[in-house]
Amino acid sequence: MNGVHDMGGMDGFGKVEAEPNEPVFHQDWEGRVMAMVRAMGAAGAFNIDTSRYYRESLAPHIYLACTYYQKWFLGLQDMLIDKGFISAADVAAGHSESPAKPLKRGKFTLNDLERIMVRGKFGREPSAPARFKPGDRVRARNMHPATHTRLPRYVRGHAGVVERNLGCSIFPDSAAVEAGENPQWLYTVVFDGVELWGADSDPTVKVSIDAFEPYLEAA
Amino acid sequence: MTEHHHQHHHDHSELSETELRVRALETILTEKGYVEPAALDAIIQAYETRIGPHNGARVVAKAWSDPAFKRLLLEDATKAVGTLGHVSRVGDHLVAVENTPQRHNMVVCTLCSCYPWEMLGLPPVWYKAAPYRSRAVKDPRGVLADFGITLPKETEIRVWDSTAETRFLVLPMRPAGTDGWSEQQLAELVTRDSMIGTGFPKTPGVP
Repeated sequence: MNGVHDMGGMDGFGKVEAEPNEPVFHQDWEGRVMAMVRAMGAAGAFNIDTSRYYRESLAPHIYLACTYYQKWFLGLQDMLIDKGFISAADVAAGHSESPAKPLKRGKFTLNDLERIMVRGKFGREPSAPARFKPGDRVRARNMHPATHTRLPRYVRGHAGVVERNLGCSIFPDSAAVEAGENPQWLYTVVFDGVELWGADSDPTVKVSIDAFEPYLEAA
Repeated sequence: MTEHHHQHHHDHSELSETELRVRALETILTEKGYVEPAALDAIIQAYETRIGPHNGARVVAKAWSDPAFKRLLLEDATKAVGTLGHVSRVGDHLVAVENTPQRHNMVVCTLCSCYPWEMLGLPPVWYKAAPYRSRAVKDPRGVLADFGITLPKETEIRVWDSTAETRFLVLPMRPAGTDGWSEQQLAELVTRDSMIGTGFPKTPGVP
């Protein structure tokens, strides 16, 4: 979706302000939100792509006004309501007022901690040979899906070079809308700064993205 | 009411709306039997203590000291890190990219906040915020200037936008004046930002 989350190349957000000796969490509730997202994901309530899609789907003025973990919280709550794990009435009451829905992997308990401390595996068996190989010239498709995609706007329509084949992987565009894993080949594709940003660009800049095969065409 | 609440009995007037809503959601998830509050505590503790830039620093220091490890790291970072039993497990999709006098690497996630948690911990606020996400791909030298970093004009800058599940670790250049240093000493020089590409390692002898 062409949301405000797709920020690459936008102007006007100002300087990067780094905070010295930043704590992991600034408020206790931030940790609670992060833990709830991790736990409910691990319990099977949603996949990581769906959770990203819900955060992106926040209204642009809300997305921009919220802190990071506020976005996580709002995305989580919306998602759990939509998936039927909680109800709007529960939220209004601040207590459970409706029956629970079974979780794919059951309640998240202390015994599940180690499971989430290892990154998930996203690689999958390919169903067809890779269409591109390192060195190939490719163009990012001019496509504007209304749902979740990992093809940023700033590369669409631009030509680059395949640098690396990263294997076959779960396709976020499908997984986010619960249309299955639909595995696709994944490549690192490098673009010249001048190709992306025009003649005024710093000529020493190169930008790469990791692009799924359906995002690319031969150039 | 828990002990914690007794100690902060004035909390209610001061609780932010967000905090109240977060507490309510946790109550709902707990009452429905989806999560155990103690398990949430454990997740928070693990992210506060077990992961962090110290993990990445060990990997970098090892690469600076051991040419065979460095080769493996650049070829297959997941496999290389897997040989260090003491570093947390990184999953299948880690890529290490080497800074050289000719090329400087910088990592961003323009779409959200993808970051090598197992190597660097949870990302800092600036990494997840609009100024960095918007400008890193278009004006990386300007972003580096915000960090007080200047590179030679002719140095190539390669920006890695983390748009899939690959996670990138920058291998910074080993500082001069560190001949004969142990891996442990070297690891002390490796900063979080030097592994994102928005900083350099510390200079020996400079606090």
